[in-house]
Amino acid sequence: MSAPIVEYRGISKFFAGIRALENVDFACRSGTIHAVLGENGAGKSTLIKIMAGVLAPDAGEMLLDGKPVTFSSPDQATRNGVVCMFQELSLISDLTVADNICISDPPRRFGLIDRRAQTRRAEELLARVRCEDVDPNALVRELSLSRRQMVEIAKALGRDPKVLILDEATSALTSRDVQTVYDLLAELKSQGVASLFISHRMHEVDALCDTLSVFRNGRHIETFAKGEKSEREIVKLMIGRDVEAQFPPKPAPAPEGKRGEALLKVGNLSWLNRLNGIDLSVHRGEIVGLGGLDGQGQKELLLALFGVLRDVEGEVVVGERKGIPSSPAAAKSARTRMALVPEDRKTEGLMLGMPIADNLLAASFSRISRGPFIDPQQARRSIEDGIARLQIKAGSTNDPVMTLSGGNQQKVVIAKWLMIDPDVILLNDPTRGIDVGTKQEIYRLMRDLANAGKAILFYSSDYAELIGCCDRVSVLYGGRVVAEKVGDEISEEGLVAASLNIDVEAA
Amino acid sequence: MRQSSIKRWFFQNVGFASALALLTVIYLSYNMLHPRGFSSAVAIQNTNEAAAIAFVAMAQTLPVLLGGLDLSVGAVMTLTNCIASVLVNGSPGQIALGIFLTLASGTAFGFMNGCIVVFGRIQPIIATLATGAIAIGLALLVRPKPGGDVDGDLGWALTNSVRDFADTYGIADGGDAWWLRPFADIPVPFLLVVFVTVLVWVPFRRSVTGRTVYAIGSAEGAAFMSGLPIARAKIAAFTLGGFFAACGGLYLAIQTSSGNADLQQAGAYTLNSIAAVVLGGTSLLGGVGSAVGSLVGAMILRVISFYFRILDIDPLLQPLIEGVVLLVAVSFGAIRTLRVKNKLDLFR
Repeated sequence: MSAPIVEYRGISKFFAGIRALENVDFACRSGTIHAVLGENGAGKSTLIKIMAGVLAPDAGEMLLDGKPVTFSSPDQATRNGVVCMFQELSLISDLTVADNICISDPPRRFGLIDRRAQTRRAEELLARVRCEDVDPNALVRELSLSRRQMVEIAKALGRDPKVLILDEATSALTSRDVQTVYDLLAELKSQGVASLFISHRMHEVDALCDTLSVFRNGRHIETFAKGEKSEREIVKLMIGRDVEAQFPPKPAPAPEGKRGEALLKVGNLSWLNRLNGIDLSVHRGEIVGLGGLDGQGQKELLLALFGVLRDVEGEVVVGERKGIPSSPAAAKSARTRMALVPEDRKTEGLMLGMPIADNLLAASFSRISRGPFIDPQQARRSIEDGIARLQIKAGSTNDPVMTLSGGNQQKVVIAKWLMIDPDVILLNDPTRGIDVGTKQEIYRLMRDLANAGKAILFYSSDYAELIGCCDRVSVLYGGRVVAEKVGDEISEEGLVAASLNIDVEAA
Repeated sequence: MRQSSIKRWFFQNVGFASALALLTVIYLSYNMLHPRGFSSAVAIQNTNEAAAIAFVAMAQTLPVLLGGLDLSVGAVMTLTNCIASVLVNGSPGQIALGIFLTLASGTAFGFMNGCIVVFGRIQPIIATLATGAIAIGLALLVRPKPGGDVDGDLGWALTNSVRDFADTYGIADGGDAWWLRPFADIPVPFLLVVFVTVLVWVPFRRSVTGRTVYAIGSAEGAAFMSGLPIARAKIAAFTLGGFFAACGGLYLAIQTSSGNADLQQAGAYTLNSIAAVVLGGTSLLGGVGSAVGSLVGAMILRVISFYFRILDIDPLLQPLIEGVVLLVAVSFGAIRTLRVKNKLDLFR
């Protein structure tokens, strides 16, 4: 076996004390296509960001071609032949396709960019990825997502990579383009390029890669050649044996027909190409989970139900009322009130610089006002209620909310929405980035709310939470519900397999 | 789908194209309404009044392309105006040195703005609010009272037609040479603006630094991930802005043959430059637009004011009408938001 082109020795990376990678040894060889597998948050992104010079490791060293290197910027990594295609596209939408493809080192004449040579080079590279239909002089923002991804690949090719990192590079591609990318990777392999391939699609990994590495909770679990392990074994490796968090007991699953009144019914919900006909329902007293890998439409579904997206098609019934709410304001003030705890509490959940008190009241001003004025007595009572109900640990409610810890910030967001006494509660990954103790409080609160007759729709990127909290779980894949698990069917194996859209029983 | 290049240019530059169309329409009808329309004298007068604001609008364009605002452009113009009113006189050598020092001081001031923004990590709008006040202060030190004596010949030569320019300096048979005839009636200030644009702006736009300026305004994160020289481009943008502002100040000194550290004038130029940039199709969010567009925007603003002279409109209405024109023009830019599918995108 040849010497590795990239090697990690004992690399660790922490974010605010939370482990992203710990003591990772990892090697990647020239002339291979190497798949990196793992659940959400397993450390795959951190792994490649260190390689691409976006992040610096906290400990350990990285060797390129046997020599220790430290990359301080993506530019430096590129100069050393490590080229990365990121999941969030790195194209500049206001520049042309040719500008983007040649962005870091455009052909020059007399020190100025030679537009013609640049267009020619862009055309050659686009031809290599069989995208002759893309006009090099079109602006990137005029292109569809799948074309942009191909332009991104052409841009990466133009940098003569020795190591090519593809992070979810095929997520938006059409099947013809996927085939092109396969052919291209095979060609690069024969030229001795090492490709690192991160994908959530098992069949892609199976078709393409020769080496597989599994990551879990920031650790490198195992690397093996393709065919050594079955899909089932791979899924097991990805899940591992984790210490389970404490969840409140679930009531026995109610058979269909004996569930409470359906507060939220969704039929054939579609939006652009992200939601492709979603069907589900949430009943009174029930916690329904949204499973699946990141980016399969879960967030869009919650936003659509809360009236944030335009041009949503399909049927939604909230309580008695038909139709999708026209805005968050309409959603929260309808007869059957809805609340959304959003994905990013720092931008969508809270006004960070404002006092805790004002944040708590932000959704319920109409309930504590007399005419146009806020009643200070009622406001004070509401704030005290909210703080007591969620046991928010705060010095003074006049402190800016950003002085609180992540867990307490999230409690403020939840308390804010509970003040409108919602009937349907949408939760978008409410436990992300908060400590275990607060997580458990939130699980208990969710169960209490369900017992009090609320309907809860809960998205989490953590399978353990879905298993521990939910009465039912709908697994999304490609903007569609591919499986619904009830009661004992909600197991790690079942959820992971369903979210990779493979059938474990058949494997 | 491939489009013809003209069609594509139009769709990629809707803002600039509509500004150009608007300018053509209002300037042609202005000349038709004017009793001496389409004459060299009218064109000379118009370009003289438009040249300074045109330079200042170009100066404003660069920070705006980055996604910021420069509140010091009017002040830098005023400062260089005062410096020029002291230095630009004497022998031809002294005049040349004076011009050089004027332009160099504005450029240096822009460089300082850029360094403060990049290394001080201060938002451009507040950094330049402060440095703008500093520039006015320096201008008052240089010229506490309005005045100065800019070389008269130079003033005459640069504010009239090409023929007068040749006549002043006794070149090309005093302006009567046969080869000069086709150009003889072109106003010199117009040529000055064109020269500066072609010699400075066009090469800048085609450099890696220039492209980085657009990339930063469009998506700074992507620019960083693509390994572009971000600090260098930001400093270069402000430096070039300082140079353009100095061109404006120098021209104003030559035109009025004096300098005036006028706070109100500096403020008005700054605000008008922002209006001109927006009218010329440059996005205040950055990444889209060009200095040429801002030239057109500045001309539009000026032509509107010309109308008040030939039509019997109360000049008191001028700010009101300019405001309405600006509002209507920028409203077209807001049409885009009707197509946004995720309302959260409106707040990003």
